[in-house]
Amino acid sequence: MKLHSIRADHRSAAVAAALAVAVAFGFLAFTLSAKAKLDSEEARYLNPREMVLSLDGRRLYVMCEASDEVRVVDTTSEKVVQSVAVGHMPRGISLSPDGQQIFVANSWDDTVSVIDASALKVVQTLTTGFEPNSVVSDREGKTLYVANRLSSDISVIDLPSGQETKRLLAGRGASYLALSPDGKRLYCTHVYPHVGAHRTTPESEVTVIDTARQRVVERKPLHNVAGVFHIAFSADGKLGVAPQLRPKNLVPLAHVEHGWAFGDSLALFGDDIGGVVQVPIDELDRYFAMPFAAVITPDKTKLYVSSSGAESITVIDIPKMLTYVHAASGPIANDLSASANYVVARIPVGRNPKGLLLSGDGKRLYVANRLDDSITMIDTSNNVVVSLINLGGKQDMTSLRRGERIFYTARFAFQGQFSCANCHIDATFDGLQWDLEPDGFGVDIVDNRSIEDLSGTEPFKWNGGNPNMATECGPRTEKFFYRSQSYNSAELADLVTYIMALPLRPNRYRLPAGELTPAQERGKAIFERKLNKFGKAIPESNQCAYCHSGPKYTNQKLADVGSGKKTDRSPFIDVPQLTNVAYSGPYLHDGSARSMEEIWTIFNPNDTHGFTNDLTKDELNDLIEYLRTL
Amino acid sequence: MKRVSALTAFVLVAIATFGATPDMPRFRFENFTTANGLPDNHVFTVLVDGDRVWAGTENGLALYEEGKWKVFSPADGLAHRAVLSLALDKSTGDLWVGTMGGLSHISAGRIDTYTQLNSGLSNDVVYGVGVQGEYIWTATAAGASRLNKRTGEWSLFNERNAPMGEIWAYAVSPGADKVYFAVWGGGVLEYTLATGRWKDYTDPDGENELVLFKDQGLIHKITTSVSYVDNVLWVATYFGDSHYDGRNWHNFMVKDSGLPSNFTNQVKGLDATRAWFCTDKGLAYYDGVNWAVYRPALDTGRPEMYVRDATGTISPIAVDTAPAHNYILAVDFQGDDIWVATAKGLSRGIRQK
Repeated sequence: MKLHSIRADHRSAAVAAALAVAVAFGFLAFTLSAKAKLDSEEARYLNPREMVLSLDGRRLYVMCEASDEVRVVDTTSEKVVQSVAVGHMPRGISLSPDGQQIFVANSWDDTVSVIDASALKVVQTLTTGFEPNSVVSDREGKTLYVANRLSSDISVIDLPSGQETKRLLAGRGASYLALSPDGKRLYCTHVYPHVGAHRTTPESEVTVIDTARQRVVERKPLHNVAGVFHIAFSADGKLGVAPQLRPKNLVPLAHVEHGWAFGDSLALFGDDIGGVVQVPIDELDRYFAMPFAAVITPDKTKLYVSSSGAESITVIDIPKMLTYVHAASGPIANDLSASANYVVARIPVGRNPKGLLLSGDGKRLYVANRLDDSITMIDTSNNVVVSLINLGGKQDMTSLRRGERIFYTARFAFQGQFSCANCHIDATFDGLQWDLEPDGFGVDIVDNRSIEDLSGTEPFKWNGGNPNMATECGPRTEKFFYRSQSYNSAELADLVTYIMALPLRPNRYRLPAGELTPAQERGKAIFERKLNKFGKAIPESNQCAYCHSGPKYTNQKLADVGSGKKTDRSPFIDVPQLTNVAYSGPYLHDGSARSMEEIWTIFNPNDTHGFTNDLTKDELNDLIEYLRTL
Repeated sequence: MKRVSALTAFVLVAIATFGATPDMPRFRFENFTTANGLPDNHVFTVLVDGDRVWAGTENGLALYEEGKWKVFSPADGLAHRAVLSLALDKSTGDLWVGTMGGLSHISAGRIDTYTQLNSGLSNDVVYGVGVQGEYIWTATAAGASRLNKRTGEWSLFNERNAPMGEIWAYAVSPGADKVYFAVWGGGVLEYTLATGRWKDYTDPDGENELVLFKDQGLIHKITTSVSYVDNVLWVATYFGDSHYDGRNWHNFMVKDSGLPSNFTNQVKGLDATRAWFCTDKGLAYYDGVNWAVYRPALDTGRPEMYVRDATGTISPIAVDTAPAHNYILAVDFQGDDIWVATAKGLSRGIRQK
């Protein structure tokens, strides 16, 4: 019996040894394979944007926006050990409650990749709304919520079946989701303000969903806010924080040196606050542009906020902040002296810091340096940077990359107030109308245009005043926007290279094979028609396809379409390109048309903006359906 | 002997009478007017959402919640003060509001409004609205509209692409497979989702004021309301009401049913056999055999209820309360209770038995 046991033990030891060798060999093979895979993809920049940590804290999953992958970092060795390819332009990542699955929102594919966290393989792909930007599971792991930026809604997906069961109305540009600590409420923010009356204060909201009923139950109003990003909660659920932008688009931007173009601030809510209070993180003479992510330490003493444009992390003493907020006698959102009462440190980090993540014990803060392809680790006990994790990726510095960094940094603007990306959020637009030039209050109001796929759309500016992008971004930016020395010639060349290379987002209104629906076909015929419904010739200049011609649907000329206002110095407007026009409302040069319909139902009484008044309502709808496919 | 016979006869008649009276629902009505929070006494429509009740009035949309009224007006973003129709998206809890000035979408307090100027909506006068999954259907003064919530696409249906001799669409009732429209002067239109095809149902005898062929088709082409439930269509007109099971029509008129009036503003089917009828002379309930009518008496104004059985026997029921007015515009259900929109107030009928 004893002998048998000894032999058995020997056999067990032998098996164990063999297994250990096999596992070691397997791990080595796995590691080598991963390294080979990573090496083969060195040609791409990564743009790490968001992160999640495995439940045991040993793996950091880093979602890389530019390389369409999740890089897996061993938190002990601080090395990348694996990469998982996901869909195109991933923007959001989260972990299932049991830690077994990783969800990634692929913004350009309109899908969510479900990754098996053990096998590190995509095991399922779920369909979402337009441009999914964030994804969160409920506490039970049965329902997935996805914030869709372009459809401005939240997909509710039944995880067992993988089917979307409903959509919930969110704010315009729905982008970031956060579950309350008790799992009962889901919060959603949005990056574009609601389309309101022309030249009124921008309004936004925090959309609150009851996860048990899967219904929107509250919309917390955010007054004078355009651009709201991540949400963080204290562990007790009593304090919610959302970094946000407060634009001053109703006064001339020439007043940058007198105040600010944007206020970088936080929306605070929850039982600790009672309602919503907005607090600035800027200082009187120094700004911390584009606040993006926030995290709160488990003991609720500190709040960390990434400022993507300022390339730093702001550290806030929460008890001090709450004391200050409760003692304040009125609104403090515009009081830049306020931050001195609760901001206790600013920690410089890498370029374009985006996602933040705290270790489970709150001792380590991870910062995703999006344009450095690295992760900064900060010791939260003393707010000191302790490590920098290189994620790999393309090491050569290109003009495109330099230009991208310039686009996203606020260091060129007076007092670091803002960057290109403030108005062109994620290189798109901001849904606002601005008073840009020093020509007086309310003169030459312009709607912010999208900057995708700009080649062949010159000149720039709504008055066509800038023949090329170098003029648009060079002296004009220096003089009218940044009020600072701005770029040198090499930097300007890099910035122009980057902007002119911005790709066109996928159009969601075209059928998969590119064919048109019957309504779109009818609309195309209207767009291209040369005769009105009475059989008479439409003057060439009044035909849609005359001005909106060529591959980008612009003849690159100026036209007076009757949309000029008394406050415009000239009625001649640059003919805008129509590519992805569906996304960029409001419309007309000054954003006075809240929808495409209003371009013709309200602002074209004399058929000066195309001959349209012979159209029936359904024909106008057809025309718009076609325009949405361009 | 003679006295005994008379007494016996009275008892027998009494037993026969009371024994034969069908046991129809009885209610105690509580009435709401401007005196207790309603923004206007002219209530076009009412909708129940769990514990909450929405009332569309001529001067705003009213929400009754936890014993209090809250009023939404154009100042809050509502398309127009006159609210004609309401539909609940049961999936999201959102409310769609048809008004005299466009269509409003209320979601957790936020109001977004669609008009014929800022959207693809066919016309600002939205008589009817209905939710069918991701589609929002509207019946407007210029035909029907369908909004695809996910894509934002508007599809319009009118005389150019549907059998709409008239385009004055008055009501809509979407089902899972079909959508029905009441078109004022145009009968009933049926839209089949699977095929995208339309079919029209009109008065087969073509007589506006007469009914020559009672059960051979729709009772009249001046339709005011449709209700599609359990694959059965209920239709209200100003000249009687209809029931259609896909094969056979059955029509109801005052002369051969328990309807208090042929002039019907709304019909709402509970299922394939039971329905409520909102007429200009009271509220009627039909259980498939018997009828009950609830109203203030037309002559005295006193609360009145009567029951008509299958034989046509009418039996009065003693009641202490009645709907606020006999001109009934709409009805909705809250468990066993009913909410009734009238021309002079909103009534809650609390079920007694």
